[in-house]
Amino acid sequence: MKHIKTIAPAALKQSAEHGGCGECQASCQSACKTSCTVGNQSCRNDEQRPTENV
Amino acid sequence: MIHTFQNMGRYFCVDTNSGAVHELDKPACTLLERLTPPLNAEECPADVLAELELGGFDRAELCEIYTELRELEQSGQLFTSDECEAFAASLRPAPLKSMCLNVAHDCNLRCAYCFAAQGDFGTGRELMPLATAKAAVDFLLAHSGNRRNLELDFFGGEPLMNWSVVVDTVAYARSLEPANGKNFRFTITTNGLLLDDEKIAFINLEMANVVLSLDGRRHVHDDMRPTPNGHGSYDLVVPQYQKLVAERQLQDPDRSEYYVRGTFTRKNLNFAQDVLHMADLGFRKLSMEPAVLEEALPFALREADLPAILAEYDRLTEQLATRRDIDFFHFMLDLGQGPCVLKRLRGCSCGNEYCAVTPNGDIYPCHQFVGLEDWRMGSVHTGAWDAQKQAELVRAHLYNKPECRECWAKFYCGGGCNAANVLYRGTLFKPTPLSCELERKRVECAIALAAC
Ligand code: SF4
Ligand code: SF4
Ligand code: SF4
Repeated sequence: MKHIKTIAPAALKQSAEHGGCGECQASCQSACKTSCTVGNQSCRNDEQRPTENV
Repeated sequence: MIHTFQNMGRYFCVDTNSGAVHELDKPACTLLERLTPPLNAEECPADVLAELELGGFDRAELCEIYTELRELEQSGQLFTSDECEAFAASLRPAPLKSMCLNVAHDCNLRCAYCFAAQGDFGTGRELMPLATAKAAVDFLLAHSGNRRNLELDFFGGEPLMNWSVVVDTVAYARSLEPANGKNFRFTITTNGLLLDDEKIAFINLEMANVVLSLDGRRHVHDDMRPTPNGHGSYDLVVPQYQKLVAERQLQDPDRSEYYVRGTFTRKNLNFAQDVLHMADLGFRKLSMEPAVLEEALPFALREADLPAILAEYDRLTEQLATRRDIDFFHFMLDLGQGPCVLKRLRGCSCGNEYCAVTPNGDIYPCHQFVGLEDWRMGSVHTGAWDAQKQAELVRAHLYNKPECRECWAKFYCGGGCNAANVLYRGTLFKPTPLSCELERKRVECAIALAAC
């Protein structure tokens, strides 16, 4: 494509397949902790990882 | 649902439901903003073409872009429909994996914005006895089901005021790891005043993450974070932080996680300078949080401050684009592989996968709920756990929050802070608008930086 570059894959739905294992860190938005939203956390599930295909 | 935005002179589009993010050129973004899905017609609508041609865009180029946009739509990367709500219905109470131990409801600073009411949470100064800390670890283990990685966060008040309990609790939890097949990840948040060589060495050995509170420039920090006798604390803590971080970086890189974090208020709306000041001090992992406060307080952030804050986030983004050695926590985003959709739906999962324990052993959904009597969920001494409250908190997912459902940033945000929702809007299910505006802005900045 000449005018559009995809920088993140459409991978949300597929991530449910091996998702929900709960092995990742908790994510808290409060300012008194280093607040993080779910978006800036990483997944700790190995089966989940190979879905990278931008 | 799509969201287009401009940042650092570049154009982006988030396709919320699929998770795809695209960078476009200006004509493509302009055209996209005028189209209504679905793009059934093979040719670009004549009225849109005519309008944009008048605006100086090239017709042939617009037609070419239209074809590209249609391709994206047909391949499920643009204007996708929402298929994630089904997953929300499948959310169930989950095992506990993360616990915040308020080892000290006491503090040796008098920070003006402290949500914990100067450390004692409004309930009197109190230190957690070791027996209670051990009972909390037992409780976490007993409720952790098949979760292998468990988190224990030492928090307060100021946790260093109860140091021996921190040390002994770490040893106790570690001793239980092999038999239970668990892996503890310890973290601690401190204001730095009591840091000494021994504590620094222990923290660097045992804590997977350490959060060091610093508000930035000396005058900003000293103004908000005085000692009880009214002196500033900047000069007391900065050298200790520098020592801790320098020693940490010499160790195993896996153990080198830390954050120097600050809070900004109405008094330093130019907080980008505070972030850069931290970088000048040699710190590389930084965080700067908006203070969430009653609007009546003189330094509370207000709706009217929003344009200034948003502009400051832009300035910070531009600076960070040239400083790739700095990790600014709020702008970290893994575009290739973030968390699974279930985690994104659940958000913080407080009172479900996460809880906080007070010095007397009471359990709350999280540290921010502490002191809200209605939200007490149980006790580590009796083993009581309010499954009904847990179920209510499980229901507090994205799709049960009407404003979140309609929000383009929902899968990055996860639905805001439940405690703030309760405190400021009286219900779990309504997020606080000012925080939402800031969150959405930060996601935009994060995407733009990730694309750099
Ligand atoms: S580790 Fe990954 S798959 Fe498991 S719950 Fe967390 S984000 Fe989802
Ligand atoms: S809390 Fe606010 S920013 Fe977050 S998803 Fe809900 S509406 Fe969006
Ligand atoms: S309710 Fe707020 S403070 Fe509590 S865990 Fe969730 S995001 Fe953090």
